[in-house]
Amino acid sequence: MRKRIVSMWFPRLPSDRVLRARATNTANDNRPFVLTHHEKGTDRIYCLNPAAEAQGLHRGMGVSDARAYCPDLQSQPADIAADTRFLQMLARWSKRYCPWVGLDGRDGLMLNIAGSAHLFGGESAMLDDMRHRLVRAGLQGHVAAADTRGAAWALTHYGRAAHEDIGALPVAALRLDAKTDTALQRLGLRKISDLFALPRAAIARRFGPEVMLRLDQVMGAQEEAITPLREAPHYGVRLTLPDPVGLSADVMAGTERLLTRLCEKLKERDMGARQLQLTLRRVDQGAQQVELRLAAPMRDAARILPLFERGIHAADAGYGIDQMRLEATQVEPLLNAQASNTPAERRDGLEDLITRLGNRIGLDNIRRFLPADSHIPERSFQIAPAAYSAPEGPWISARPRPLRLFPPEPIAATGPELPMKFRWRRMAFTTGRSTGPERIAPEWWLPDRAWQSGVRDYWHIETREGRRLWLFYTPQNPAWFVHGEFP
Amino acid sequence: MSGGGVCTRQRQAVDGAATGAAVSRSDTGEKPEGAGQFQNPFPVLPCMLTAMTDFDSHFPPKNARTHEVCGPSALSFALALAGQLGGTAVWLREAWQGDQINPVGFAPYVDPQQLLLALAPSHLDLLASAEEALRSGSVTLVVMEITKPVGLTEGRRLQLASQHGNAMGLCILPQGMGSNAAQTRWRCSPVFDPDPNADSTLQNWEIIKNKSGTHAAWTVKWNAQTHRINVVSKTAQR
Repeated sequence: MRKRIVSMWFPRLPSDRVLRARATNTANDNRPFVLTHHEKGTDRIYCLNPAAEAQGLHRGMGVSDARAYCPDLQSQPADIAADTRFLQMLARWSKRYCPWVGLDGRDGLMLNIAGSAHLFGGESAMLDDMRHRLVRAGLQGHVAAADTRGAAWALTHYGRAAHEDIGALPVAALRLDAKTDTALQRLGLRKISDLFALPRAAIARRFGPEVMLRLDQVMGAQEEAITPLREAPHYGVRLTLPDPVGLSADVMAGTERLLTRLCEKLKERDMGARQLQLTLRRVDQGAQQVELRLAAPMRDAARILPLFERGIHAADAGYGIDQMRLEATQVEPLLNAQASNTPAERRDGLEDLITRLGNRIGLDNIRRFLPADSHIPERSFQIAPAAYSAPEGPWISARPRPLRLFPPEPIAATGPELPMKFRWRRMAFTTGRSTGPERIAPEWWLPDRAWQSGVRDYWHIETREGRRLWLFYTPQNPAWFVHGEFP
Repeated sequence: MSGGGVCTRQRQAVDGAATGAAVSRSDTGEKPEGAGQFQNPFPVLPCMLTAMTDFDSHFPPKNARTHEVCGPSALSFALALAGQLGGTAVWLREAWQGDQINPVGFAPYVDPQQLLLALAPSHLDLLASAEEALRSGSVTLVVMEITKPVGLTEGRRLQLASQHGNAMGLCILPQGMGSNAAQTRWRCSPVFDPDPNADSTLQNWEIIKNKSGTHAAWTVKWNAQTHRINVVSKTAQR
């Protein structure tokens, strides 16, 4: 089939991307706006909007110069990586027109629409649709179709009318470098058609093979390929059954087949699943979903399968299940590891346990303690989800600390002297021995409601009744509290 | 259990020089020879017989069973047990509970790296998670801080799960909420020591329910050097 190439060129892609994300788009439309990029020792204009261009600014101009021309200039640093991502996103969007989409430099796309134009009512209707959608998205874009990639590029960048003759375009439309372009113009070769009449050998001798190669590419004598974007890997498999099943053993058997295939896919790319979703389609078009969040990236089918048991038992098969779909919704890199001896197996068991418990009470509710650097008793440790953290140590404390901490509970005592008798939780206590005070000051750089009462003087009290308590007195707001209990 | 070795260690403990031995013994049922003066400072009353039972054969309690502990010092019992058993322990509690176990405080008892904290949304989820953890075989201890009574069925299921996974279960109970299926029930309470130079970890540990043995009581303290629970004889206190 004859190729048909559509070229899309976004001359102001970076500034359009930033401006379309701003909420008050219409108000800013007429104000000059530039994106700046630090280059050759100074900030220079990287991209600008039509209003800025109308003020006489141009790309590569120093920003301070530009401000002298145009005092109400708005500027923002350019984010080249984000522009690249945006272009990739546009490439994915263009797959609505044809499957064969490639990038063209930093600001263009190439589409091979051969065989898909009729789906949009013909080529011109398709191009109109593209232009319409780009305008609606707030992007300035030039779109043109031609038989070759070179011709399509030339039409978008230099063409003025829709169906312009290629020969009438300037020689710069051949994608030549600036030096060759100037040299050709000095010889009086201004249009592409001027080159047709000249002997090829003479041009090649004078300017190198580049000019003739580009000319052949535009005219179609030389092939030029479009490299389509790679599809992102998809970790999903499905199974369609000839007859509906309802027994959980049958569903487990189906899941096993799916898992084996999925794990092979994961292994090919050295990935491990972190979150899996099993969709059970029923004959009555209903769907049941079983989610599994794993405590560690995994791709071992034999280990994952038993973890699905609980979810599958809970699923309602209704009139039967005739389609199953398993997808790894979240994956993480998992490199091959040496199969090792018992201690590693023990850890594997623990990870499986975390997954099982996590499926019942939530994976974030399985936590572990991590040390933190603070004198404040409540902040001297952190509690983090075990699935997303590694054990840390060492645990050192200069002074004994209580085993149990509770929110401070006030006791009826007055004055800075340690109370000899007090009541706490409806029990009467007599102080037998005390150690202290240990003054702990609040961390003023962190706002904490509990510590608003100022510094605390902590006392380790041994009561005659047996209980060993951690009391504190706040001298700035005189009051006594119980904060913890020792062994 | 034989005479000589036990006897030497025992003297050290009684002299108050708590060094070396993992757990020193104060009173043994068999009465080794030559240690008479340390053995029995009390007249032997029937109720006192319990105190002579060897602490070592009771603590740590029988593995692959579920036990219960209550009283104000139940927490230090659980932590000392976790430290002595080694391996990973799962600590289950209900998410709404406002107080916290403080890893900085219990680090001398058990390395906080070995502890996994699981917050269950309800009592039922807590018991189900405990059963799952016991059955998995990859942890040595599962501690449950329960707030409601455990029924016979649930208690028996926990018992079977611990046998299956060869792990120990431990319920921390509010007073008087035990299950009949538990292997042993301990009551732990702190004791005040009037001696000004005394150790401040003195506790009373007693077995108040035992499926395969008698009741017993000991006065114990935490030995910071050996990271073990030591039994304190009455003479050493004076």
